[in-house]
Amino acid sequence: MNRSTLLALQILVAVIGLALWHVLTTYPIFGRLLLPPFFFSNPVEVAQQVVKWFSTGVIWKHLWVTLVESVLAFVIGSIGGVFVGFWFARQPRTAAVFDPYVKMINALPRVVLAPIFTLWLGLGIWSKVALGVTLVFFIVFFNVYQGIKEVSPTVLANARMLGMNERQLMRHVYWPSALSWMFSSLHTSVGFAVVGAVVGEYLGAPAGLGYLIQQAEGVFDVAGVFAGMFVLAAFVIVIDTLVTVVERRLLIWRPLASESRP
Amino acid sequence: MAPEAGNKAQAISLKGVDVVFRLADGGRYRAVEKATLDVADSEFVAIVGPTGCGKSTLLNIAAGLIQPAAGSASIYGAPLSDLNLQAGYLFQADALFPWKTALDNVAIGLEIAGMAPAQAKAKSREWLTRVGLGAFADRYPHMLSGGQRKRVGLAQVLIRDPKILLMDEPFGPLDAQTRQIMGNLLLDLWSADRKAVLFVTHDLEEAIALSDRVVIMSAGPAARIIGDWKVPLARPRDIAEIKLDRSFVELHHEIWSKLKDEVMKGYAQTGGG
Repeated sequence: MNRSTLLALQILVAVIGLALWHVLTTYPIFGRLLLPPFFFSNPVEVAQQVVKWFSTGVIWKHLWVTLVESVLAFVIGSIGGVFVGFWFARQPRTAAVFDPYVKMINALPRVVLAPIFTLWLGLGIWSKVALGVTLVFFIVFFNVYQGIKEVSPTVLANARMLGMNERQLMRHVYWPSALSWMFSSLHTSVGFAVVGAVVGEYLGAPAGLGYLIQQAEGVFDVAGVFAGMFVLAAFVIVIDTLVTVVERRLLIWRPLASESRP
Repeated sequence: MAPEAGNKAQAISLKGVDVVFRLADGGRYRAVEKATLDVADSEFVAIVGPTGCGKSTLLNIAAGLIQPAAGSASIYGAPLSDLNLQAGYLFQADALFPWKTALDNVAIGLEIAGMAPAQAKAKSREWLTRVGLGAFADRYPHMLSGGQRKRVGLAQVLIRDPKILLMDEPFGPLDAQTRQIMGNLLLDLWSADRKAVLFVTHDLEEAIALSDRVVIMSAGPAARIIGDWKVPLARPRDIAEIKLDRSFVELHHEIWSKLKDEVMKGYAQTGGG
């Protein structure tokens, strides 16, 4: 299948989906609407709502807040994950002592922490950042830890035979290996940063996409809920595309799964 | 050794080396027993033995990567207690840094020794040209073929100008033609300054064709050195042609008659490995 056919088929799926939604919510079939607009709204209203948000400019503030929260959660969580990952991988004893607690915290559904963070950090952005950090941290941490543990013993022996000291091993062997593992989980960790931000907003905030959706739900404004979801989805796709671009640049040395040797 | 016995100390000198590995189940495995081996300066020595006989273990002792349980290893007369940084080690498995280009992989040895990056890269380019990869400097290892990766590995090791070269079945994973080409390349590079070489292989033909001396090890466990032959072939040699030489064939026959039994023993122990 070539690119244009694929794109055409992908658009076709969207068109059919929207058409079905529109028909089932607008035109009675056998005397009744299969999807009552009260619960399902309809594409026209949702589109109007989205256009209204963008034309009046209300949405920018909320997008900005969510973006800031996601970025902060990602950056802080990543730095923490890299640091602790390195530390544990190089200090097996420390890692062994903390192991059950790390597993315990990681097993905890992070949503239950949200009210506590709100209590500690208030309704502003920092309680959402904290929630995102708890999600991002563990992904980065596990990957960095694994990246250091999985350095090929031959590559390591070679590095030592070439005369590398401990600091040079860090820089030329452990660090690149850890980074490559971390970058390979970039999509997941960025995604989780957004999840943390939105869920946090949903549970109580003065602004953000999660807040917008929660407000609409509060007044049974289904069109608003759907519009919020669409904006959120578009937001995530844009971020994911950016991550792909960054990933391509940083992991240029790695073979692609489908790539054959030239 | 008394100074007058040889004004120069041996490049590598192993005396009564035992190697014992601790097994996961708490037991002990004696890999090598009472191995004594000297490699003189400028000498090319090959170790041949059945699979799993501990030839690579002996090489790792000379590299300082593992410590002997008994006996001693010394390099140019000095006892070896840590890594042998006078040696360059060419590994059997891929040992290049996958996140560095061919150019950076070769330059790294000089860079970590404190050479300015620009200068190290210029030297690296020279070496890549010398091993026939001048046009591939910007490729990452996964973009190179197995033979090309070995060439980069060779350049990576030789650019540091080590006094000793340790090679662990370096051409093992390559196909027969590439092995011959690599063998000739190695002899070519070696003849420039004749470093001491310890070359491990399971291929007797390759061993005779390349080296000045061939050392045979018995099948493990507790492998011993059971034979030592001088190779009376003139240099420079061409690996493909020398195999037709009469003295090559005679020597091969002589060594093989002894090695054969050990190979059979080795197969019996590893279940036909």
